[in-house]
Amino acid sequence: MADSATTEEIADAMEKQVAAAQGLKKLKPGDLVKMMIELFGEDRVDKKACKKAIKLLIETERCVYTYFGGSFIEMPHKEGAEN
Amino acid sequence: MAELPETPLLDELEKGPWPSFVTEIKQAAEHHEEARDLLGQLERSYRERIGHWKHGGIVGVLGYGGGVIGRYSDLPDDFPGVSHFHTLRVNQPAGWFYTSKALRDICDIWEEHGSGLTNMHGSTGDIVLLGTSTPELEPTFKKLTEKGFDLGGSGSDVRTPSCCVGPARCEWACYDTLGLTYDLTMSYQDELHRPMFPYKWKFKMSGCPNDCVAAIARSDLSIIGTWRDEIVKDDAEVRKYADNGLDIFNDVVLNCPAKCMKWDGEKLEIDDEYCRKCMHCINAMPKALAPGKDRGATILIGSKAPIVEGALLSSVLVPFWKPEEPYEDLKDLVEAIWDVWSEEGKNRERVGEFIQRVGMGNFLEAIGLDPEPEMVAFPRENPYVFYDLSEDEDEDE
Ligand code: SF4
Ligand code: SF4
Repeated sequence: MADSATTEEIADAMEKQVAAAQGLKKLKPGDLVKMMIELFGEDRVDKKACKKAIKLLIETERCVYTYFGGSFIEMPHKEGAEN
Repeated sequence: MAELPETPLLDELEKGPWPSFVTEIKQAAEHHEEARDLLGQLERSYRERIGHWKHGGIVGVLGYGGGVIGRYSDLPDDFPGVSHFHTLRVNQPAGWFYTSKALRDICDIWEEHGSGLTNMHGSTGDIVLLGTSTPELEPTFKKLTEKGFDLGGSGSDVRTPSCCVGPARCEWACYDTLGLTYDLTMSYQDELHRPMFPYKWKFKMSGCPNDCVAAIARSDLSIIGTWRDEIVKDDAEVRKYADNGLDIFNDVVLNCPAKCMKWDGEKLEIDDEYCRKCMHCINAMPKALAPGKDRGATILIGSKAPIVEGALLSSVLVPFWKPEEPYEDLKDLVEAIWDVWSEEGKNRERVGEFIQRVGMGNFLEAIGLDPEPEMVAFPRENPYVFYDLSEDEDEDE
């Protein structure tokens, strides 16, 4: 069985996806989980590991949660609505 | 502090014998620029018949994806006090019990860091602190946590679980609503603070079918107290109601939806097998009748208020459940539902809408729950429950 991906590895891969999607598509946490399972394979990541990676991304401020009707994960940016 | 703005239209809302939010905002405006500009902007909105708020966005406290609702004025030059006017949702204590000191602590924090305006409580159940700016969010959060409070949910996460006062104040409580609410809140901290679902998820707990938190109409998972033995009846007290003028036949018996009561002028009889646990008779004669002694709860799924789509009422998922700490059976069920809904649900699709889309039969199969007769709203009319006949029965036919 393949080695599990580390939280850091998953977080790096997620950050890349979020950066690539920025301005084009808003990604939900669930989208990122699906992407990671596809990328690493089910034997290397699971939902729990993905949750940890999202937590890491948010707590280290590499990504932020945003809300536009639903909740999304995006790169930090200046608030569009802010005055 | 500058003078209050002229607000002839808002002033209309102070007329009449009712409490008025305008009066409250005016009071806060004596000390807070935010509240003063709120009056000004609101009056302008009434005059122009157009809202001047921009919602949503990025604001929050570090690490949390919920609990702060971003709001900005689109007239920041005219009303700088509400240029930012974010809302904080604070997780209320189960059943809304506070000491007066705890309330003072919240108010002091909000006087210092926000507009001083609160909404006790918002429709989610949370303590709602209305109106502050982005730089004030972290200091407010820090002070709230120092006093033992935490933010509640918002966005696509578990919303702050809420419950009725339950056994703390109410003899009709069929289970410990406060205990379950506290347990779910603590068990699902991750889901509460880090949005990860297609849309919001609400838990509401009511101790009996009176459903004082309107769980059946407003929560994705409603847990409503019920009983499965006989209504407890004190015949002498029933008599007293009659002697004191209650028209038991017209006001109680004829209003029983199951038509399972009889009153001969002397004695009340209830055919409990047909009772629908509606609480009408118990509410009408609280000293004479009470819920039975074999108490538990019904678990229902899928209601919501009309937001993206129309309103939905809950459907029965588990007809009778005995709540016992640590409630592992309930949590297994909830997590099975979350797995299926997270996997297959569309963006902004509540679980009730998801069930409508995929069909209750498919949903039950996906979460591994067998259909039960109580799930049927109208016998022989229900489209979603199918019975597998065993091979033997097939052969018999
Ligand atoms: S829902 Fe029932 S148990 Fe809860 S407060 Fe209301 S009447 Fe009492
Ligand atoms: S609880 Fe409702 S259904 Fe049951 S006996 Fe009383 S009135 Fe009838």
